[in-house]
Amino acid sequence: MSPETIVHADPRAAANVPPPLLAVDGLSLEFRTRSGVVRALEDVSLSLQKGELLGVVGESGSGKSVFAYAMLGISDAAAKITRGTAVFDGMDLLGATERELREIRGREVSMIFQSPRTSLNPIRKVGHQIEDVLRRHAAVRGQDLRERAIDCLKRVRIPDPARRYEAYPFELSGGMCQRILIALALACQPSLLIADEPTTGLDVTTQAAIMDLIVELAHERQMATLLITHDLAMAAQYCDRIAVMHAGHVVEVGPAQVVLHQPQHPYTARLIASTPHTADSIAAMQPIPGSLPDLRAAKLPPCRYSARCEYRTERCDTEALPVVPIDATHSVRCWRAAA
Amino acid sequence: MNAPERNIPLLRVQRLQKHFKVGRNAMLHAVDDISFDIAPGESVGLVGESGCGKSTLSRVIARLADPTSGALQFEDVDLAVHPAAKFARDSRRGVIQMVFQDANDSLNPRYTAFDTIAESLRLLVGMKDAAQIKARVEELATWVGLPVDLLSRYPHQLSGGQKARVGIARALAPSPRLLILDEPTAALDVSVQATVLQLLAELRDKLGVAYLFVSHDLNVVRLLCDRVVVMYLGKVVEEGPAEAVFTTPRHPYTQALVAAIPDPDARGRKTVRAEGEPRSPINPDPRACRFHGRCPKGEPKCELTMLDLKEVAPAHRVACHFA
Repeated sequence: MSPETIVHADPRAAANVPPPLLAVDGLSLEFRTRSGVVRALEDVSLSLQKGELLGVVGESGSGKSVFAYAMLGISDAAAKITRGTAVFDGMDLLGATERELREIRGREVSMIFQSPRTSLNPIRKVGHQIEDVLRRHAAVRGQDLRERAIDCLKRVRIPDPARRYEAYPFELSGGMCQRILIALALACQPSLLIADEPTTGLDVTTQAAIMDLIVELAHERQMATLLITHDLAMAAQYCDRIAVMHAGHVVEVGPAQVVLHQPQHPYTARLIASTPHTADSIAAMQPIPGSLPDLRAAKLPPCRYSARCEYRTERCDTEALPVVPIDATHSVRCWRAAA
Repeated sequence: MNAPERNIPLLRVQRLQKHFKVGRNAMLHAVDDISFDIAPGESVGLVGESGCGKSTLSRVIARLADPTSGALQFEDVDLAVHPAAKFARDSRRGVIQMVFQDANDSLNPRYTAFDTIAESLRLLVGMKDAAQIKARVEELATWVGLPVDLLSRYPHQLSGGQKARVGIARALAPSPRLLILDEPTAALDVSVQATVLQLLAELRDKLGVAYLFVSHDLNVVRLLCDRVVVMYLGKVVEEGPAEAVFTTPRHPYTQALVAAIPDPDARGRKTVRAEGEPRSPINPDPRACRFHGRCPKGEPKCELTMLDLKEVAPAHRVACHFA
């Protein structure tokens, strides 16, 4: 490490850091399935400050959505959290009862799901769907409801909101449905927004407009945002920090630009080299060899990337992996960085 | 890459139209008066947002759908005159092949990888000899980097990348001259996407087959294609060498499209966005530019006259008053 890299260190690192809005520590989660125990998350530690945008990046199967669902307590019935803690604004998320969680979901913590069309009720006007949220979580009643719902539509820049209030999801384009979902998620001014691939399946032009909107609203209201995506270039463009996940591990966390330009984990470096964005030619793209390990394997090596890694040593498969701090804001889970 | 002979096009799309009747007196103009050429061995990217007609256009060119009017000059014959239903059994069916978007939906779940590729050889090449078929299927599998011992597997036993390879091998089986690729890597993870793109580039150089690459991933198009055709609501708005279109886009829509590509270096920069929703493709005003209303440069004259493509630089054509 050259001393220059420290320049990127977050100012928050110095002296008085406020307690994080969301602090996840050592979270492990497994699925008990008929074909064995799938260790979907292992020792995941992440934190999020008020108003911060954190991108969680990884291939499919890396556990990024599982992580998001665990935060909201909406995991599959087969999921079992075996270790760790998750504290949101002083509340223990993992120990909370369903009733307690229901009070914060949609009000304090909101989620934008992947497919806008299937996440909306197809037989209910979108305006009424927003009213449902306001009635349940903001105790808005009567005449105010309609006005507030139209306000919500206006805020996500839906043209002609009074008319769209009356629309059913099928009458709207994919981008428009996604805006409705954002309006729903933001209706009660949550302090944490979890966006799970909010632009997958949308056109690049729509994607850019939706991301602009999320970032703008996040800044405007000091809302913390967890952006889950497979698109590293997009995460680097919009997020303050990036966490890279691989096979249920967070392998690297750091400021977005630092992770992108000075990746410390071999997987992060490979992921960057394999994206068409950074390559100058097809030949320059470097595919990542191998595939994700079988997470059911009873004896997974401590480093789940070792079988794909060009720097593998004996210790990677035998000794428990350290999380190595590169500086105050950047850390990596790799023996190579510890050396 | 072999320098394609640009003088004699492999395929000449001429004033192609595809309209769908969607009600009384209502016509949806999915493809509206489109002309462009594809040279032998050339890779042409077709880009545009969903609903712009790029899938309809590629299906018409693949002769899976019939055009409303216009010609599809393939070498010396007009393929547009043959109804799609008849063309399926035509001896030329093999010259234009298609790799479909989602390998999950386009592979027969009850066929092994071997059966899928062999079927194409039997029906389109007329191969009958079992030993000959086996040898050719194995050759194709080797070309696309599919281990031969995976040929006995069904789609559900294959990974996403392997299924994409089966789809490519199937399309290459009848030795096509033109391969239409409809978002072939959209469903793949980046790590797998890179290997499939490299495979496609390698096959193109080895076999000299021309590509029509339909995609909304502009980074991929930039890397794989020689030339780009940009569509907006049934019309071609810009066409030119890939490098020129991406570095100096001239049409405001192309500019918005290029500005929307995720770019970590554009962090915090205020970029031009195409605001609002596209116009309706049903009974469009024949005089008005289709992008008018969303266009940041729009002026009243755009509503009154829509320009045809005009050359702004060598081989670079744009349909806009302000280009």
